[in-house]
Amino acid sequence: MLFGIVLVKSEAVSWYRIYEMFRFQSFHMYGIIGSAVFMGVLFLWIFKKVDLKTTEGKTIALPPKTKSFTRYMAGGIIFGLGWALAGACPGPMYILLGTGAFSILIVIAAALLGTFVYGLLRDRLPH
Amino acid sequence: MELLKQAWPWYVSGPLIALIMALLVFFGKTFGMSSNLRTLCSIGGAGKYADFFKFDWKAQRWNLTVVLGAIIGGFVATQWLSNGAPIALNPDTIADLQTLGFKNAGATLLPDEIYSWNAILSFKGIAILIIAGFLIGFGTRYAGGCTSGHAITGLSNLQLPSLIAVIGFFIGGLLMTHFIFPLIF
Repeated sequence: MLFGIVLVKSEAVSWYRIYEMFRFQSFHMYGIIGSAVFMGVLFLWIFKKVDLKTTEGKTIALPPKTKSFTRYMAGGIIFGLGWALAGACPGPMYILLGTGAFSILIVIAAALLGTFVYGLLRDRLPH
Repeated sequence: MELLKQAWPWYVSGPLIALIMALLVFFGKTFGMSSNLRTLCSIGGAGKYADFFKFDWKAQRWNLTVVLGAIIGGFVATQWLSNGAPIALNPDTIADLQTLGFKNAGATLLPDEIYSWNAILSFKGIAILIIAGFLIGFGTRYAGGCTSGHAITGLSNLQLPSLIAVIGFFIGGLLMTHFIFPLIF
């Protein structure tokens, strides 16, 4: 819930802010992402330093991503095209639904379709 | 309260997003919104068509609660924490959008030119939303994550794959904004 509130209040769910970001006309989105990553690095570093256990009693370890270039670059570019066009990524899609923008349901449905088609084609795509 | 109702500056929002990520990690989860698309496909029975959807989606149910929370958060923020002020966009952005045919840039979160029912009821309008959604869904699974999983969590964990993916996000986004927008709008 906090995630939803923060992203609305920071306007990161706004199509216009995404457009502005890709035009390099505002520091706003870069500030959000940059400070989130900066604090994120700090948080994870502290977690490892103090060997913090999760509430489930396990050592903190994020699942490593597989080593590859093609899938991250190709998938990334495809995602980026959609991100700029819809002005929303998978988190904001749901948040926008909460703000009353029901037409975003079309984007969500199409995203489900895209995920489904990826699942079908997965073995035939270079990864 | 008045302060809450204004737009929050980046140096408040960014660290709060990091805090959400850290809390999820602390509770033994990871911050990744796009995984829900796969989960929802599996719930819908996609496992019959591809092995990719045959996984223990019940273990991912917590992530759907995050989705529900995000929807409620969006509702709360617009209902009780907004003062209706327009988004303080760069005047250059507003001017650029006007030449593309976007009026009232920043008055609402989403442009009416794309998201109003009027726009959707045209062939071009609905095609834009469907293509955009499809690219998001396909691309995010191909890349193994989206903005939350790669740009926030992955970069915070200093993972090279996430950096490659984020560079890809920007190549795609820049291509769309600078070269494809002038063609379609």
